[in-house]
Amino acid sequence: MASNLTAGRASVTTPTGKVISIAILAMGGEGGGVLADWLVDVAENAGYYAQTTSVPGVAQRTGATIYYVEMFPESEAQRAGKEPVLGLMPVPGEVDVVVASELMEAGRAIQRGLVSPDRTLLIASEHRVYSMSERTAVADERVDTEKLLEAANAAAKRFVRGDFARIAEEKGSVISASLFGALAATGALPFERRQFEEAVRRGGVGVESSLAAFAAGYASVSEPRAGQNKTNTDQTSVAIGPRLRELATRIRRDFPTVSHIVLLAAVQRAADYQDEAYAAKYLDLLERVRDADAQFGDGNFALITETGRYLALWMTYEDAVRVADLKIRRTRFERVRQEVKAGPNQLIEINEFLHPSLDEITDILPARFSRFLLNTKPLRRLIERFTGKGRVIKTSSLTGFLLLYGLAGMRRWRRGSLRFEGEYKAIHRWLQMIPSLAAENYALALEVAECPRLIKGYGETHANGMRNFNVIMGAVSRVRGRQDAAAIIRKLREVALADESGKKLDRALQEISP
Amino acid sequence: MSERSFKKEVEKLRLAEGEEFRGEGILAVTKALLESGVSYVGGYQGAPISHLMDVLTDAADILKSLGVHFEHSASEATAAATLAASVHYPLRGAITFKSTVGTNVASDALANLASGGVTGGCLIIVGEDYGEGSSIMQERSHAFAMKSQMWLLDPRPNLPSIVRAIEEGFALSEASNTPVMLELRIRACHVYGRFTAKDNVRPQFTLKDAIENPVRDVSRIVLPPASFLHEQEKVRKRWPAAQQYIQERELNEFFTGDVEDLGILLQGGMYNTVVRALELLGLGDVFGNSRIPLYVLNVTYPLVDDEVKRFCAGKRALLVVEEGQPDFIEQNLNAILRRAEIQTKLHGKDMLPMGGEYTAALVLKGLLEFVRKYAPELMEGHALPTALRTDTAKPLAVRNVESEVHARPPSFCTGCPERPIFSAMKLVERELGPHHVSCDIGCHLFSILPPFNIGATTMGYGLGWAGAAAFNTNETQKRTISIMGDGGFWHNGLTSGVGNAVFNKNDGVLVVIDNAYTAATGGQDILSSQADNRIRTTKISIADAVRGVGVKWVRTVTRTYDVAGMRDLLKEALTTKQKGPKVIIAQSECTLNRQRRVKPLMKKLAQQGKRVVRERFGVDSDTCTGDHSCIRLSGCPSLSIKPNPDPLRKDPVATVLDSCVGCGLCGEVAHAAVLCPSFFRADVITNPSSWDRVKARVTQPIISFLQRRIDSRLSGIAA
Repeated sequence: MASNLTAGRASVTTPTGKVISIAILAMGGEGGGVLADWLVDVAENAGYYAQTTSVPGVAQRTGATIYYVEMFPESEAQRAGKEPVLGLMPVPGEVDVVVASELMEAGRAIQRGLVSPDRTLLIASEHRVYSMSERTAVADERVDTEKLLEAANAAAKRFVRGDFARIAEEKGSVISASLFGALAATGALPFERRQFEEAVRRGGVGVESSLAAFAAGYASVSEPRAGQNKTNTDQTSVAIGPRLRELATRIRRDFPTVSHIVLLAAVQRAADYQDEAYAAKYLDLLERVRDADAQFGDGNFALITETGRYLALWMTYEDAVRVADLKIRRTRFERVRQEVKAGPNQLIEINEFLHPSLDEITDILPARFSRFLLNTKPLRRLIERFTGKGRVIKTSSLTGFLLLYGLAGMRRWRRGSLRFEGEYKAIHRWLQMIPSLAAENYALALEVAECPRLIKGYGETHANGMRNFNVIMGAVSRVRGRQDAAAIIRKLREVALADESGKKLDRALQEISP
Repeated sequence: MSERSFKKEVEKLRLAEGEEFRGEGILAVTKALLESGVSYVGGYQGAPISHLMDVLTDAADILKSLGVHFEHSASEATAAATLAASVHYPLRGAITFKSTVGTNVASDALANLASGGVTGGCLIIVGEDYGEGSSIMQERSHAFAMKSQMWLLDPRPNLPSIVRAIEEGFALSEASNTPVMLELRIRACHVYGRFTAKDNVRPQFTLKDAIENPVRDVSRIVLPPASFLHEQEKVRKRWPAAQQYIQERELNEFFTGDVEDLGILLQGGMYNTVVRALELLGLGDVFGNSRIPLYVLNVTYPLVDDEVKRFCAGKRALLVVEEGQPDFIEQNLNAILRRAEIQTKLHGKDMLPMGGEYTAALVLKGLLEFVRKYAPELMEGHALPTALRTDTAKPLAVRNVESEVHARPPSFCTGCPERPIFSAMKLVERELGPHHVSCDIGCHLFSILPPFNIGATTMGYGLGWAGAAAFNTNETQKRTISIMGDGGFWHNGLTSGVGNAVFNKNDGVLVVIDNAYTAATGGQDILSSQADNRIRTTKISIADAVRGVGVKWVRTVTRTYDVAGMRDLLKEALTTKQKGPKVIIAQSECTLNRQRRVKPLMKKLAQQGKRVVRERFGVDSDTCTGDHSCIRLSGCPSLSIKPNPDPLRKDPVATVLDSCVGCGLCGEVAHAAVLCPSFFRADVITNPSSWDRVKARVTQPIISFLQRRIDSRLSGIAA
């Protein structure tokens, strides 16, 4: 019911200065609203009508939200003698700039058709904020970053990327500021850098850090980047120390090249876990598999590589000794310090959340003694009284440190422990299958080699994994000889990874046609 | 203290005649109320009108200076009943809430109000929570206006129109002795724009005048025979009066165009979208000029028959742009045209979707179909906008992205005190098996989503326990669990849930989640808030209230992060021999509000050289095996994953992000669920005390010595 109640005979004009439309996709608490307000401020101070709106609601609680801004030059309006009617929601194909605070949000913008190749500048932070389903997966269900980047390149007229979250963090600010800087640098909007910065100043909150992040964001676009943004952390070489030289030469001499990275990392891990002898033992165990792979394999040596990977992880199973050993190292103390960003004149105290169970104790004791312990009720109860509930141990305190130090020292008796006995048997059962399977069905052998991926975690999680592993090993003997044996085992493994409880696995087992 | 402060913005409420106001739609509404000489305002917060309540709260002083009374009503029903003040007295009153949920709660009072009619202007400002961003069932407030004979305003979504709707709304209400509803869609509530302000008006007739000179008029009270007269009055007097006023004041708008044998009739709220669609089809421009004449209903109920007839005269066809269903307006139009025997073809839901938000793309499609049917020549030589083009095939890379984009439903914030309650329920589920869980409205409803997947139904605000009322039988020992927030508890849950359970001897368990605010609506204070509130009474105990209505088994947890404790208490409630209702009150402050309070304080203390401890959690990636069970029991946004630094391991490891506020849930869960030894808490001490330093001076050398021994054992393994 505005000024123009009854407009006279309308003549449709096509104004030369068109509407500038900007969509901002962010998650609750990322300052998408602040970014929109800055844009409005820039525009209004540069002689534009600016309108912004959003549908935050509960999305403010970590959900995905779209903020939408439209701008229109006041001069045009004066010439027409009328105020512009600006839109309240983006129209697919009619958006000039899309700013996405995260890579999957960029994907969302593309999915919604907001990014068009003939018009849209897409500015996206290439870092990932993982979705709930990505984070809760038992194994690895992260989406394919490359796919998202390809889509962005294909969908946008121009795609500007960078890790704007890191850039902002380095300047002690939030992502909205670094994105604002990047937007300014693209020159997509008819405003000067100075005008953007003045808007931040007028905003008046955290001005200094915001401007720093703005400048960094600006630079990341205006100046060519020195090959930053590493997305994958795949190691290309392992730094082997003098004590393992012999084993290293042995690996390079006796094992296929593709497996070297894994095997070198493996012997290092085994030696770190126990000693060189243990590492040597590891290589001995692999020889039969290596030969089988050479004889029956397709030349990719996946079998030796994967067997090598999982044998190493299994032989270095996480018992209380290992955990204690890793918790008290200097390198770990330093890592924590820097992770929590403790300053030079700040003290830090490290508290571990441990929950020793009776089993974990008997795991590391000499097998005979452990059995005696487990079989004598009163003794059992006595210990269980201490292992009843979780304990917080301050590793940075003397008592806490000495406790774990002593525990780690029990490494030398590990070979005689109950758990070692058990794991060793299980490892052999698994390892022996592989060469013989390779002889009759290489693909199946490979699937079996990868099954220990199921065994991880501690306590109940570990028990579940082990149960699922054994179930599948049982199935192997049932299906071996069948054409689709490999496919079946792979399916079972994936099902088992999809649900800890093992229910899905049991169902899948029944579904296997006899 | 609410989530967002408007302390700065409310100064705009002081703007005088002729000055330009710039700001959010909601703030403009408040200004318009003051310009209209409103005497009292009530309401209940909820998106999208939470900010309206927050603005009014922060404007307490300005309201006082104008003699305006403002209430945080206990519920929408209370707010609606507040309008009773305008029945006998020439007092202008306004209330506001989220619709349709709030209107549902309010409708008893609204129906009574509408029956007797009003003397002073009554405005019911409803935030129409419909379409994208909505958190409720998809319904229309329109139905309430129709059933109770209240007039419904749906102004064009720009500030001048919204402001005028408020001024005229009061006048319309007084001219027709009828309460008026003003519908604001989500985007309109949050739209930033400008309008020319007027002076605020102090009402001539004040609340004081009314209180000191009481009036009563039996004919206004809903009792036979008056109630029967009211209905006749509605149709004989109030309706015509309203239609007359709407016409005289030209509340609806006509925009002429050169294609005179066609027309578009639209709700005011649809205006910007329709204009943009016309522009993209080459039939209009950015200034709202349209080749097809527009009839904009800023008043969507009642329709003005004469206006409709006038607009349709000489038109071959009419397109109705009416968002939502049922198609009340279209049905009404059909009746009007049929009675008048006007042959204009009527289109609407046949060319536009029956249900759902009318996005620009959908309106474009409908408009194109309409134009192609009646005047294809208008489109000649005009290229179709991208949104309508079907020829352009998406590149493969773009089609691939679909599978990579996951939904991001809202969820508990980092450090939310409600999360551990559901972690505990997960653990109880492991031991006692699943229970029937009846949920309520509030942040806690996020429990129905992953990773918790807890909760079977939600029947409305405060109705959590009522939703489990039927499960009351002695044929099983198993009990049900109901959830209620502190907001819902005071809204009606105390009577509808707790009182009902006591009276009917329910044996179930209720968990009242008391985070000291109505957190979901923006952290407003309520009776049980622990904060000191200058204008409200707080610190009222929920436990006392529950005992007051006769619950014997009441337990209070003052630290919800104690997962093990929470789990054991839930188990006790579910298994205790004691019969009758059991109530657990789980208290911990909403972390959003807490951070807002604590962070600046810590900073200040640190700057003053005082000892400050910052707690921050972490995960050791070398002991983490990447099974993510910790995440499945928490879902905290700050507990995420990262690539495994170990070349042998493929699965990502858990990691704690910088956003961690050190609430402690990770550790508690690791303990309670016997998960994994990877979690640690680092206490970062700023300005350590001399005792801290002494300890460090004794400990560090010994630790370093032993660490050097470990180093020597490991030396030579890695280069």
